[in-house]
Amino acid sequence: MKKQLGFLGKTSALLLAASLLTFSANAKTLKLAYDADPVSLDIHEQLSGGMLQLSHMTHDPLVRWTKSFKFEPRLATKWERIDDSTVRFTLREGVKFHSGRTMTAADVKWTFDRLKSSPDFKAIFANFKELKVVDDKTIELITDGPYPLVMHTATYIFPMDSKFYEGKDENGKDKAEIVKAGASFASTHTSGTGPYTIESREQGVKVVFKRFKDHWDKDTAGNVDEIIMTPIKDNQTRVAALLSGDVDFIAPVAPNEFGQVESNSKVNLITMAGTRVITFQLNQERRKELKDVKVRQAIVYAINNAGIVKKIMRGFATTAGQMSPDGYLGYNKDLTPRFDLAKAKKLMSGSGFPDGFTLTMMAPNNRYVNDEKIAQAVAAMLSKINIKIDLKTMPKAQYWPEYDKRAADIMMIGWHSDTEDSANFYEFLAMTPNKESGMGAYNSGNYSNKFVDETTVKANKETDNAKRAEMLQAIEKQIYDDAGFVPLHWQNLAWAARKGVDAESIVNAMNFPYLGDLVIK
Amino acid sequence: MLQFLFKRFLQAVVVMLIISLLSFSIKDKLGDPLREMTGMSVSVEEREKLREQMGLNDPFLVQYGRFLKGAVQGDLGTSYFHKLPAMTVILKKLPATLELTFAASLIIIFLSIPLGVFAAIKPKHWFSKVIMAVSVIGISVPVFLTALALIYIFSVKLGWMPSFGRGEVVHVFGYWKTNFLTTDGIMHIIMPAIALSSIMLPLFIRLVRAEMLEELSSEYVKFARAKGLSPMKVYFKHALKNTMLPVITVGGVQIGIMVAYTILTESVFQWPGMGFMFLEAVNRSDIPLIVAYIMFVGFLFVVVNTIVDLLYGFINPTVNLFGKSK
Repeated sequence: MKKQLGFLGKTSALLLAASLLTFSANAKTLKLAYDADPVSLDIHEQLSGGMLQLSHMTHDPLVRWTKSFKFEPRLATKWERIDDSTVRFTLREGVKFHSGRTMTAADVKWTFDRLKSSPDFKAIFANFKELKVVDDKTIELITDGPYPLVMHTATYIFPMDSKFYEGKDENGKDKAEIVKAGASFASTHTSGTGPYTIESREQGVKVVFKRFKDHWDKDTAGNVDEIIMTPIKDNQTRVAALLSGDVDFIAPVAPNEFGQVESNSKVNLITMAGTRVITFQLNQERRKELKDVKVRQAIVYAINNAGIVKKIMRGFATTAGQMSPDGYLGYNKDLTPRFDLAKAKKLMSGSGFPDGFTLTMMAPNNRYVNDEKIAQAVAAMLSKINIKIDLKTMPKAQYWPEYDKRAADIMMIGWHSDTEDSANFYEFLAMTPNKESGMGAYNSGNYSNKFVDETTVKANKETDNAKRAEMLQAIEKQIYDDAGFVPLHWQNLAWAARKGVDAESIVNAMNFPYLGDLVIK
Repeated sequence: MLQFLFKRFLQAVVVMLIISLLSFSIKDKLGDPLREMTGMSVSVEEREKLREQMGLNDPFLVQYGRFLKGAVQGDLGTSYFHKLPAMTVILKKLPATLELTFAASLIIIFLSIPLGVFAAIKPKHWFSKVIMAVSVIGISVPVFLTALALIYIFSVKLGWMPSFGRGEVVHVFGYWKTNFLTTDGIMHIIMPAIALSSIMLPLFIRLVRAEMLEELSSEYVKFARAKGLSPMKVYFKHALKNTMLPVITVGGVQIGIMVAYTILTESVFQWPGMGFMFLEAVNRSDIPLIVAYIMFVGFLFVVVNTIVDLLYGFINPTVNLFGKSK
């Protein structure tokens, strides 16, 4: 008992000291709640939104996106195109890693090579031949022929401390190894150049970040010294935690909770048009009916996607008529949503199948916002043109194996372009599926059009932006006319923060808040 | 006694084998773990390569054999998400769940006995009617609704209670961190414990009341009253004792079931225990962890049942557990 008292006494003394310390330094702490915490500290282990959010906290990229889809210098201060296949970057000087080392071009090269070996990231770097070190502060990115997305890809290069990952860990394993199943040195230790270091981490419970004192960016207004990130899985609990003041900043916010957040005077809701498009694909290989372009058009005309946005998404989405969202090069402003039931009926009666038929449909029920309800609404809408839908929805864990098997005539898929560029949509969703080239990997509809295939490849070698935009928009038009898929909407993004936390200026459509620049009043 | 325990041990081994075989045979239906471990744009070939590396393409018997070989040595596989041995993950999460179950049990014990006894002694009293009415409502409201209502009223509207998590915990030893040594920790455990107890509490009130009523109408109670013993002595010294016998047996089993109910409570309160861990494992197709959890819970049930059987034998000597002639 005595011992226990002593222990308690010590703890409270420590706590007191800690609270005094925080007071004297006037430190700002941000309590942050996302729906999940990072899977690993190794930023090359998985290509996912959560890992990129972490990357922007513990690391800095060469360049990063601004809110208006422009590039902003970070660890690269200048860049210029030398020739068709080379872009030269000047690195920022005096950038320190968390380990205390100064960053050099060799670290950037090491990082690039590691990315090329990562199962998740290698595809993004497929068009790159090498990263050449010119001198200590100059590098060149060399591509296989002309490649328009060098800068887009540079947003994925977050230099890592190559010396920190040198050698073997206590199990005799290479410290730099990327291990997807099981523990590794890199998944539990990190040294980047980012605004925050990891103070402590308990998977699934919380991560504590501390501001990195030697961070190069002294001009930032960001004043957060400590971030306590807690995963809160349940949408309602996450909002309740914000409303009760237990946390300061949450994401995502489900549309059902908007009312509660908006009506509260102590918090702000921030929403923004997102870039993830939600679609249905019509399988032309499984069903001869869907090979008929009139049937496909009838389906697109029969679906009131504006109504879905209004009623099911409660305005929390932008109605889509194409894949590319506004702001992307391929966005073609003439391709508007086309709900018109009369026209759909006319197309149907003019097709080879005027009496209608039955189709199977599958959708996940926990992957996209309101995915199950959307699928049910679409099934009901299609019954009006005599297409009976046999719908099956399931959790995403079960959905993806079914999707890979192309198990239904109509399947739902949402897509976000990793490069923030239109061509990525066509490569994965619209090009003819091809095992060799890996194109059309998520084209479950088996939509195939020669013009789309060829122009996408051409556009990926065109470095003139204006010409490239023309090509991409022509592709978008072709898919639209062919009714190659059913566009529904682009999902919006939503965050909520306590008043005084200026989250508005650090969030973006890519959904990686730049927390290093966050200001708390 | 030893023989009984040995028999139970053998039974446990058989139960574990069956559970492991069952959970192993459904594991392919639980989704594709590779999907959770790789980004959307990762190619099919890359995914196949990883699957091969992880041995997921091996025939069922090879995989199961490998699993059993590890299991005998106490290794139930490595969690994909936590990147730690599945047993370590479970043991790390166990204290949070046990503390929550313990807190809920305290609420149940200290409320159900007095309330149940009161409702039995004074069945016509208005308060007894209120108790019975409320307990009907309590039984029919789902746990997660109770939990959300508690959060809404006491955290959001009144701001009295923390809305999620364990709060400040004190390290005791090993993986055990406790909520019970700090005010913050106790504040954090109150609402989850109430939510968790809300299903079982009405059940226990009704059980105590029914058993007590039965005892009160029995011959020995009538005789004791007739002999002139004070009512209080009859109620609490004689009747209550006999009431508790069935309550303890049912209680033991119910505590086991309560561990299962924690899944809902823990996920609403983001309580970092086993239940929430299991739900997340299912969402992430973290198969080694799912299999290990199911086996662990199976084991827990066997243990709880054995203890209850033993207790019953001690409390009620007419039960002959060990097959010996007395």
